Amino acid sequence: MRCFLNWPEGRKERGTDMKQLFTFVKKEFKHVMRDRKTLLLLFGLPIVQIVLFGFALTNEIKDARLIIVDYAKDDATQQITEKFRTNSSFNIEESILGAVEIEEAFKRGTVKIALIFPHNFEQELIHEGSAQVQLIADATDPNTATTLVNHANSIIRDYQQALSTNKPAKSILIDTRNIYNPELRGTTNFVPGVMALVLLLICVLMTSVSIVKEKENGTMEILLVSPFNPFMVILAKAVPYFLLSIVNFSVILFLSIFLLDMPLNGSILLLFAASLLLILTALSLGLLISNSTASQQAAMLISLMGMLLPTMMFTGFLFPLENMPTPLQVIANVVPSKWYYIIVKDVMIKGLGFSAVWKEMLILFGMTSFLLIISIKKFKTRLT
Amino acid sequence: MSEDVVIWTNKLTKRFGDFVATNEITFDVNRGEIFGFLGANGAGKTTAMRMLCGLSVPSSGEGMVAGFDVYKQAERIKKNIGYMSQKFSLYEDLTVAENIRFFGGIYGIARKEIKARSTKLLKQLGLEEQKDQLVGALPLGWKQKLAFSVAIFHDPQIVFLDEPTGGVDPVTRRQFWDQIYAASDDGITVFVTTHYMDEAEYCNRISMMVDGYIKALDTPTNLKKAYKAASMDEVFFELARGAKRKGD
Repeated sequence: MRCFLNWPEGRKERGTDMKQLFTFVKKEFKHVMRDRKTLLLLFGLPIVQIVLFGFALTNEIKDARLIIVDYAKDDATQQITEKFRTNSSFNIEESILGAVEIEEAFKRGTVKIALIFPHNFEQELIHEGSAQVQLIADATDPNTATTLVNHANSIIRDYQQALSTNKPAKSILIDTRNIYNPELRGTTNFVPGVMALVLLLICVLMTSVSIVKEKENGTMEILLVSPFNPFMVILAKAVPYFLLSIVNFSVILFLSIFLLDMPLNGSILLLFAASLLLILTALSLGLLISNSTASQQAAMLISLMGMLLPTMMFTGFLFPLENMPTPLQVIANVVPSKWYYIIVKDVMIKGLGFSAVWKEMLILFGMTSFLLIISIKKFKTRLT
Repeated sequence: MSEDVVIWTNKLTKRFGDFVATNEITFDVNRGEIFGFLGANGAGKTTAMRMLCGLSVPSSGEGMVAGFDVYKQAERIKKNIGYMSQKFSLYEDLTVAENIRFFGGIYGIARKEIKARSTKLLKQLGLEEQKDQLVGALPLGWKQKLAFSVAIFHDPQIVFLDEPTGGVDPVTRRQFWDQIYAASDDGITVFVTTHYMDEAEYCNRISMMVDGYIKALDTPTNLKKAYKAASMDEVFFELARGAKRKGD
């Protein structure tokens, strides 16, 4: 029994598994590195996209939540409030809030714009001929902010003109503040979106294609017949793309901060943690796709149709989710990048910490676990 | 199970729902034998082979491969067998040496040992100069030889060949069988499925599967005698004529 000389019973060398895994990962890296075209695409894509998405899109806004903080509570402020109420662009919430509460509301994202009337608004308007109001807009999404501010402006101007027709001219001074993104840069809006898009694309597409490739070439059979643990195959496949995604993410981050002047107000560690989480979500999705398809084309098609389109549409960086019909808004909830997009914006632009984004991170974590469990189950049944 | 029996089955059965893919197959294969496993498409050859390779758990019956139980010791079996499928299955974007190193590596062979063995192997195959060439650039015949060599690189007790010569020209096929004989001379048991009846004649013993059953099992000479046939082709037609299942 000469073979038992090579494989003594009951004696398994320590670290053999790790060595085998290492051998496998090395092989995967060779596959990736030798496929120059794909590699070029992987690293060229984010750069091209960052440039492309630089052209911001205009949006139409409906039912944006507006807080009116009325310290004056006089006829003039009531009339202006009424004008806002009849306008379909705004969804009014009247309240007496302090500066701190307003900021809280903005951070929660429940409010897009606030209109603040100071004490003695009408008196100043009548006696001094001019009064001041303050408009505060959440400019993380600069398109929305600009549109909302312009709209609010025109409503107030309308009132001012109506007031001035047959009396001495009155003027209302509007003090506009765009918080979070005072320069209204579109960058802040699309960079987090591109990040989500690129990470998803690489991980889902590349992982699923590389596993299906083994099936197509017949090498998967050889691997399954070998003593190499099939789950290690999956793990080994994921490692190169995991590392590649981290490199890619760093490149995008570097470009967006130093080339596009994107702010990074929050913790970079938290940002990385969230990104790693999204990468894991994507890898498990790629795994699921590869388990359900038999050819590279099918895997590619499903990855593109199933990932690229929903990511573009439902993340919120191209089309504001608030404007979508309710069914679409519900669908958007199952798109991982939607949650990632919120996290990135909160961390990079608003500078919020873990306590603000833990819910979104938990959702991503839940998605990842769910996808992993399904794909592992599917993988097992395939083997018997 | 005697010392020289490397594959032994007793009423080994695999069902998929109502469909019985292999029905109570019972046979044994001796050490160093070249055992031909024949049958039309859909006869249950692949299912049987998958059970023996530890890829698929049998529904009922018993089976031992390389001294290990097919139910409980699939992992042990995997270490002691080699496998080559009809699809040419090496990595085309890796070099000859890299393929050998990789497959040696996943069988847990030490790096030094891999080095020594691959030097010897490349010399045997006459591929020393091509060792740093991508496998994709090699002619099909060479790929095939290399694939077989890789399948027995870890020195298995048994090598399973699933229609290994599909789509290969007669000369290459002949050379491939020379390799099989050499492996058999080294004491490796060869379990081979094939569609080519001339190849069936090269086997020491063959079994014929029809509709999930083993309908005949003997040496080619005895089978021809029993069915009063001049060639294995005729034996095959005689047996397969009654098949109900159509090919897949």
